Amino acid sequence: MPALLIICPAIILLAGLLAPPLRKVFGERVGYVLCLGPFTALALLLSQEGYVGSGEGLFYSLEWFAALGVSLDFRLDGLAFMMAVLVSGIGGFITIYAQGYMHGHPQLGRFYLYLMAFMAAMVGIVLADNLILLFIFWELTSITSYLLIGFNHESKEARWKSLQALLVTGLGAMAMLAGFVLLANVTGTWRISEMNHLGELVQASPFYSAIIILVLIGAFTKSAQVPFHFWLPNAMAGPTPVSAFLHSATMVKAGVFLIARINPTLSGSGLWEYTLAIFGSLTLLLAMFLGLFQKDVKAILAYTTLGVLGVLTMLLGIGSSYAIKAMVVFLVGHALYKATLFMVVGSIDHETGTRDVTLLRGLRKLMPISAVAGGLAALSMSGLPPFFGFIGKELIYKAGVALNGFEIAFLAAALLGNLVMMGLALKAGIGPFFGPPNHEALPKKPHEAPWPMWIGPIVLAVLGLVIDLFPFWVTDFMVAPAVSAIKGTELAQLDLALWHLVKPNLPLLLSGLTVLGGFFVFLNRARFWALSDGVLRTIRPYGAEAVYERIFNATIWFSKAQTRWLQTGRLHDYVFNIVGATVILVGWALLRFTDALPAVDPASFDLGIALLVLLMVVASVMAISSDRYFLILGALGTVGFGTALLFAYYGAPDLAITQLMAEALTVVLFMFVIYGLPRIRRYKGRITTGRDALLSVAFGFIVFLLVWLAVDLQFASPVSDTLAAMSYPEAKGRNVVNVILVDFRALDTFGEITVIAAAALGIAALMRSRVEKLFKGEADKK
Amino acid sequence: MKWFVLSQSGRILFPWLIVLSLIVLYRGHNLPGGGFIGGLLGAAAFILVGLGDGMDEARRRLRLSPVTILGIGLGFAILSGLPGLFGDKESYFVDQWLPDFSLPLLGEMHIGTPLVFDVGVYIVVVGFVLHTVFSLEFLAQTDSREELNETGGEEEEEEDS
Repeated sequence: MPALLIICPAIILLAGLLAPPLRKVFGERVGYVLCLGPFTALALLLSQEGYVGSGEGLFYSLEWFAALGVSLDFRLDGLAFMMAVLVSGIGGFITIYAQGYMHGHPQLGRFYLYLMAFMAAMVGIVLADNLILLFIFWELTSITSYLLIGFNHESKEARWKSLQALLVTGLGAMAMLAGFVLLANVTGTWRISEMNHLGELVQASPFYSAIIILVLIGAFTKSAQVPFHFWLPNAMAGPTPVSAFLHSATMVKAGVFLIARINPTLSGSGLWEYTLAIFGSLTLLLAMFLGLFQKDVKAILAYTTLGVLGVLTMLLGIGSSYAIKAMVVFLVGHALYKATLFMVVGSIDHETGTRDVTLLRGLRKLMPISAVAGGLAALSMSGLPPFFGFIGKELIYKAGVALNGFEIAFLAAALLGNLVMMGLALKAGIGPFFGPPNHEALPKKPHEAPWPMWIGPIVLAVLGLVIDLFPFWVTDFMVAPAVSAIKGTELAQLDLALWHLVKPNLPLLLSGLTVLGGFFVFLNRARFWALSDGVLRTIRPYGAEAVYERIFNATIWFSKAQTRWLQTGRLHDYVFNIVGATVILVGWALLRFTDALPAVDPASFDLGIALLVLLMVVASVMAISSDRYFLILGALGTVGFGTALLFAYYGAPDLAITQLMAEALTVVLFMFVIYGLPRIRRYKGRITTGRDALLSVAFGFIVFLLVWLAVDLQFASPVSDTLAAMSYPEAKGRNVVNVILVDFRALDTFGEITVIAAAALGIAALMRSRVEKLFKGEADKK
Repeated sequence: MKWFVLSQSGRILFPWLIVLSLIVLYRGHNLPGGGFIGGLLGAAAFILVGLGDGMDEARRRLRLSPVTILGIGLGFAILSGLPGLFGDKESYFVDQWLPDFSLPLLGEMHIGTPLVFDVGVYIVVVGFVLHTVFSLEFLAQTDSREELNETGGEEEEEEDS
């Protein structure tokens, strides 16, 4: 049933759209209903496992912008399956969890709407098989995550941080779109599955480097690689369920997913591989360094997410068979334990009122289930056997020891990173639950969280344990298809197992080293915290975020400066700028491109018309020079009616009638306000008046020239002939003007009347205070 | 501002002006006319009444608020595009026709979505003009001179920009 590929995101989105009304029906328990959306999607996906496991994959296509080659293409292959299962499965648990966490929040319905829309967009990204479709979903995740991160919109900090996330990922996506367009131009298709067979073509193209750089800017901003890493820890400003979701399976994984998705097309060059490996390892090291000094549990977790993203990127760059395996296993493991840890931390925060690791300890008796979940997840994250994280870590080292030359540096980075990460994992997942209790120092008296808040963590944590003990299940089911999708090769046999343990070898030695180092970091955690404030304050001015802030402020400054300059608020200046720009630009074009002015036929001279025009000119001069409204109104009316006469004379009755009606109505409108208007005063000095007069004359002259030129400017048979010929047979009308307005160009007209309606609303807004008075007056009368 | 002639001519001419505006609207397809002109004429009918008997009378005759009318007009215009979605040929936005038929007096009739669209244009124009007129008239009535001197200039600019 390939249609399920479009049903999966749709059903989640539907749940989101129903969230606000369902909130009214089910009250606080709405989460139990809404989690059916993602769980249904999960069930649908799992039911298709047969296609994926056998390596075939599912395709579904709906026509969309056929002329542009853009259609709603979806694909379910190993990689998409793995990601979609993670997104919808974890999403379901997050939905339940959020109900406990957001308990009593007045905007719960809105929260679920954002969350589900985000989830749907994320599922869309991973299932999309068309670059444009992927881009659209990509941007949707940026927008919805902006709403989610800034959900506590009363807080200025949350608004600032969510805007930061939006700007960084949004601007990156712009670069990515450019890369996509280049890619599509080179390959001649928008479909990723077709592109993946055209790797050689792409690499031979002169745009290859440009494509890589542009696409990677998009992926790196989304997945928070150096130097765009700063937005991710800041994204914790959102409610914890959001962080748990964003950090574990979604948002930040989108960048890594994109790299993996496009890997068969772009990989195979040093540029691709080293860029990924170097930026990935730098991200890992930086994240671990900063993570060491964090005291907020959530921040610690955020920096480990950053580190994991670095590892994943690095592994994709290394690109060997082991590395890709390691990447996939690590990704799955990370999704499970990171979602768990964030949810547990959220529960701790919820129950104790603090996230400060220096205060939190000894909670295991009070929050036993959370403690179990957190502990399991932390051990998995530490990469201790028998947890899933261990397999991932083993594979990383296996990939690492196969490297040679300076590439060994990546192995060193991985070792160092993993070591610190283990320390951080213990800090965040174990630290709060063990040690001597310290309940008096906590802002709230803690007890176990309600069941919606521990069911998700415990299920996901146990799942991590189970698939670790029976890895063959997840190997065939998920990992092998994903690996082959990323490598762009046939299905490979994988043996994930714990029992590499028995043979002593270098990777195992490295694992042992990691464990020792990790414990060392954990035991010495207090030393780092003591340095925390000083270190973070010292390096902040040199960090990427400081650069971001400088660019941001400079942009605001520039925007304000040019607004002050252009938007003076004086009508006179606006008109002057607009007319001045027109004169300069059109004048330049006329000088540049005009050879000769068309000849004038003296026989076409008409005395009556000449007199009429003369009258209009005189009236114009009167309108300018007078300072009495009635005179001005009369003079302008003369010009208007003269124009109408010209229209009528030259055979445009529709225009003439419209012009007459408009003139008449203008006079009427003017009559209403004329009594209330202040006396006309001359504000301008002589010089300004002279300048304006000069500009006006220049403008008039240029328009005159344009009209004169237009008389002679006829390329082919005029379009009016075609339209006139089509008018009756096609549109059953003889009045070609009207036929154009309401039939041939009805969409344009529709735009125009919408503008008219908008203008009316604008007037309404301006008059609002007074119109309100009117309604009040009417009410009083009654 | 009650002038007998204006008031009486408004009362007498109003229905005829409305009918005239509708005729202009309908004939627009073959002869000069159409939704824009018809709408302006229709609005003029209300303004005439308003000049004679006061804008409250014009408002009463209009029944709906001009903003509502704007919405209705836009709705007509949108609806007229919907049949085109299901048409059997590649068509413009509108361009769906009923079979031709004849009526006494009016002769051969062409009824189709372009006409519905034009009706939408007509209604929007009526709504816009009357909204503006009512607002300005209200402004003229309620504002004292001093208030206008303070804020009038500013508003005019915003409207233009």
